[in-house]
Amino acid sequence: MTARRRLVPYGLLAPGAIWLALFFVIPMYFMGELALRSGTFTEGFQPAFEVSNFSDALSGNTDQFVRSFVYAGTATLIALLIAYPLSYAIALRAGRFKLLLLFAVVAPFFTTYLIRTIAWKTILSDDSPAVSVLQFLHLVPEDGRVLATGAAVIAGLTYNFLPFMILPIYASLDRIDTSLIEAGKDLYASSTQTFLRVTLPITAPGIVAGVLLTFIPAVGDYVNAEILGGTGTAMIGNVIQSLYLEQRNYPEAAALSFIMMLAILAVVLVYLRVAGSGAFMGDDEERS
Amino acid sequence: MARTKAGNSEDPNPSVELRDVTKRFGDFTAVDDLTLAIGEGEFFTMLGPSGCGKTTTLRMVAGFEEATEGQVLIDGADVVGLPPYKRPTNTVFQSYALFPHMNVADNVAFGLKRKGVDKKEIERRVGEELERVGLAREANRRPAQLSGGMQQRVALARALVNLPKVLLLDEPLGALDLKLRKGLQVQLKRIQREVGITFVYVTHDQEEALTMSDRIAVMNQGRIEQVADPEQVYDRPASTFVAGFIGVSNLMPGTVRKSGASGEVELDSGAKIKAKVGGFSVGERLNAVVRPEKLDVDAGGPGDPVVEGLVESSLYLGTATQLIVKLPDDVRMTVLVPNADEAQRQRLPGGGAKVKLSWAPEHMHVVRESAEPTSSNDKEEAT
Repeated sequence: MTARRRLVPYGLLAPGAIWLALFFVIPMYFMGELALRSGTFTEGFQPAFEVSNFSDALSGNTDQFVRSFVYAGTATLIALLIAYPLSYAIALRAGRFKLLLLFAVVAPFFTTYLIRTIAWKTILSDDSPAVSVLQFLHLVPEDGRVLATGAAVIAGLTYNFLPFMILPIYASLDRIDTSLIEAGKDLYASSTQTFLRVTLPITAPGIVAGVLLTFIPAVGDYVNAEILGGTGTAMIGNVIQSLYLEQRNYPEAAALSFIMMLAILAVVLVYLRVAGSGAFMGDDEERS
Repeated sequence: MARTKAGNSEDPNPSVELRDVTKRFGDFTAVDDLTLAIGEGEFFTMLGPSGCGKTTTLRMVAGFEEATEGQVLIDGADVVGLPPYKRPTNTVFQSYALFPHMNVADNVAFGLKRKGVDKKEIERRVGEELERVGLAREANRRPAQLSGGMQQRVALARALVNLPKVLLLDEPLGALDLKLRKGLQVQLKRIQREVGITFVYVTHDQEEALTMSDRIAVMNQGRIEQVADPEQVYDRPASTFVAGFIGVSNLMPGTVRKSGASGEVELDSGAKIKAKVGGFSVGERLNAVVRPEKLDVDAGGPGDPVVEGLVESSLYLGTATQLIVKLPDDVRMTVLVPNADEAQRQRLPGGGAKVKLSWAPEHMHVVRESAEPTSSNDKEEAT
């Protein structure tokens, strides 16, 4: 009986573990193996220990690499700045409109990613009202354009991943016991101080989750740069896509994917150490 | 003595004063033209069923709600319009509201840090306060690692450490089990006596109110029914509502036949009894109240008022036996007979027996019928 009970957690883990093994670990192995092959598409790729694939993939693509992280980082930051006040308003001020507003946040998902991004191409096109307004405000030069610039790619990324930022932050704000905010004010903290010392730290896990959910897919994204960008806005995803689908250089594409994964992992680990440590530690101690 | 202020509503320098305070939420009037003065160092309780306006009143003193009309004064100064962080009050919340991301010591230090108190001083006062509530060893733990009773004591320490002029407590023991509640009641009362700070305590538990308070305000539907010390509220309830809400209500409806200090009342059950009905006029309806423990069964002195009824049930409660007696007008009277004398207990009538209930005249109190029906239902809901 007790032995059986001890097996229960493993039983619950099994589906997820099998899923990860089949669709993550095994493909990773094949991709790693592919990244070390040599040859050409027409002659076939032979197993070798072609480490130069990695250096080849990196050389000449450093710009796209840096750009990926800068674009994704900027988009994540803007999304956070939009999402937090919005989530706050929905969770704590919206009253009976809460569900309606939440629905409005998720509603764009009823259209596919590609269509939504193409819609933004229209919004940002040279003679669109939005761009005219920006030109009128002198945020964009009179003869300047928005489409095909880095700004357009960042705008697209921000828009497309915004719900992933809003939902976890909303969830953490919705759960907050409002008497905690009252307690802060009762203990001589002004509204600003209460926000900084009570509300923000308590909702930090939601921010950490939102940032990860936005940043990670944004780094690897190639659709926004493809549709909204122009020359000199290509991201690492575009390079991988071109290596794989156009140049048919499978080993180098695999090698570049690997490098990107490791880079994201490194950035995320640093981020979690710096920004998330307090929040996650607090969470852990509560559970113990 | 803590009781010195009891019943002293004429305190020239009240700690908290409400003048004609009304609070409306849309169409709903939560607090209706309330006037109240709470003396310095007093343990003042607002008692009533849920929705009676007691918590709203407390929140108006704390600054979480603003009065729609009227004035709120703390230490003589009008605080209307001041945010909570500018008021000399601290609150102990029903849900404790401890900051989950801070340990116990940081929770308690929160207020002092915001006030810019010197670091050494903060450390000393936090230590002292945790000592007082018996949690010195838990200083580095997180709230979630503590039991409900401990969390409540942290909340108390977090408020008291700031030495507020007024401490506001919103049903602080509501979420705890009975035994723990009893222990904390004693501790709270001791701490209040020690620090001498004015406590304004909100509860729906009449026993809690009677045990701890210097004075009690019994509230109903946004109004105060009675403000008095516990003995008076219990023995001389000002209204049918108070009589019904505090303790077991033995309310015998009747009509005044002769007014004055030596008047006469004809109860609906048929008995004519002598009663002091000074403020009443002939023909007026009233309720005669006698507490269960003041009723005698088939005994009583000559000249004592007597009513007759049938025993409906008899219940052995350990320290006492409880009889439910039904009067001819279908009013049910609860009688508590202490089990001091085993022989007497054996003689008590059983179910179906005819009994005479009597009481000493001074143990009876008459109240006007409230405009609202006695909210015995509200009370059950609340407790």
